[in-house]
Amino acid sequence: MRQDRCTRRHPARVDARATRLPATRPFALTAWLATLLLATTALAGGARRSEAPARLADTGLYARTGAETLARGVRTWTPQYPLWSDGATKRRWILLPPGRSIDASDPDAWLFPVRTRLWKEFSLEGRRVETRYMERRADGSWLYATYRWTADGTDAIRAPATGVPAAARLAGGSVHDLPSVGDCEACHGAGRTPVLGFSALQLSPDRDPLAPHAEPPAADALDLASAVRAGLVRRLPRALLETPPRIQAGTDVARAALGYLHGNCGGCHDLRGELASLGLDLTQRVVPRSDAGPPATTVDVPARYQPPGEGEAMLRIAPGRPERSALLHRMSSRAPADQMPPIATHRIDADAVDLVRTWISTLEHTERVSRPLVER
Amino acid sequence: MNRLALAVSTLVALGASAAPPGKPDPKQIARGKYLVTIGGCNDCHTPLKKTPEGPAWDMDRMLSGHPDTLPMPAAPVHDEPWGLAFGNTMTAFSGPWGTSFSRNLTPDPETGLGTWTEKDFITTIRNGRHLGRGRPLLPPMPWFNYREATDDDLRAIFTYLRSIPAVKNRVPDPRPPAAESTATR
Repeated sequence: MRQDRCTRRHPARVDARATRLPATRPFALTAWLATLLLATTALAGGARRSEAPARLADTGLYARTGAETLARGVRTWTPQYPLWSDGATKRRWILLPPGRSIDASDPDAWLFPVRTRLWKEFSLEGRRVETRYMERRADGSWLYATYRWTADGTDAIRAPATGVPAAARLAGGSVHDLPSVGDCEACHGAGRTPVLGFSALQLSPDRDPLAPHAEPPAADALDLASAVRAGLVRRLPRALLETPPRIQAGTDVARAALGYLHGNCGGCHDLRGELASLGLDLTQRVVPRSDAGPPATTVDVPARYQPPGEGEAMLRIAPGRPERSALLHRMSSRAPADQMPPIATHRIDADAVDLVRTWISTLEHTERVSRPLVER
Repeated sequence: MNRLALAVSTLVALGASAAPPGKPDPKQIARGKYLVTIGGCNDCHTPLKKTPEGPAWDMDRMLSGHPDTLPMPAAPVHDEPWGLAFGNTMTAFSGPWGTSFSRNLTPDPETGLGTWTEKDFITTIRNGRHLGRGRPLLPPMPWFNYREATDDDLRAIFTYLRSIPAVKNRVPDPRPPAAESTATR
């Protein structure tokens, strides 16, 4: 029988830096083998959690069952470019194992220690609906689950691994789905790191005032500097503390639009990730590259997507012509075969559509050599 | 024990695969062909052509999806209780989801699965989404049955699909239901 999806490992997320074979000196090899043996023994003994706890209260978020006081060490943060979730308000928490820290030596792909735990709580129309959970296992893979809040709001129970469509019905006829584990893996397993909202750019204290739907951080929320001071983040290039990350853009509107695309699309559309062969990069790097990022991979680039009834071929982004830009068309649709993002939203983000439309309107044509379309 | 011997014995002990890249296993291809056949993949992905004996698969276009030489007009409006329409080639389908076209499964690098990896294919079938994380696979693709296949079976299918002749054929994008396509733009 095929393994339950909730317990299926995600080998792609086993970070190479965590499993690399050391140099073949005898002592190093011996140490590596001993570590492997210990890890194998630990796994056999159940140290590798194969399934998330049945109740949110048992995941370690709270200090004790029946209370919502956060457990010792649990910290909150607010990314500057949040993911659009149909208008849900969200709270986020992270907990690292005692004495462990995040390796930030690659500022665009932080490496989280084993037993890192993260939570994200979703509230819609004033009511808590779900709290999503992810945890790094001993073997380096990630475990995903979501917990559905009971109607009286006193408890949250793990949802089926297959998800719950239309778990909440909202005003205006829309619905909110609880994601399946496959949905979790689809977004979190596509890029360089499965943790999407806790990064150098997202925690930068140089926050973007035009970022759509940005929520002001709580007084005790982590940012880049406080995370380093607290010892949660180590090996961050010092320059990023002296000059916090900021998207390099010609205008404030461009900065906000690029940040929105990074936070909402860059998880999958990353030249360093699973969909690299699409050649579409909507991420932002702390150190930008001229051959990557949205301008290089979208502006004046032919689009595979062509809506029916449209005579003129579309470009991913047609500078100065939002109506000919496939990226904007797909953001503006919730028809299942067209919409972007393809999951986790049923409502168009009108604010973001306006922002990106304005940004595209200001772009100028480039003399780019057209590339052949590749079916993907 | 010298270093080389230790390293080799370690790799053997760990079961590391040292098989060099080369031709795919003929047994795996045969297994994949068998699964594709009994799974009915040709039913939708190989277009029918008219012959004196009636409709037959056009094997020059085997598994290449809806022919790009056959643009389809808007699908007819269905009156209840009828709800579906199939094109004569059995590669274009209309229903409540809109209009879908069977994809090109041949290894053509520009219009087929030529740039896909085995992982792309398996996650697509497992998750019912394009490349495992994009738009949903549309009816009548019964991915929810095929996702129950083992990894070995899905690997065999992919290996077989990589072994068949490449056909350059750019299948059109699916079309949303008429009401949605006008309401969302």
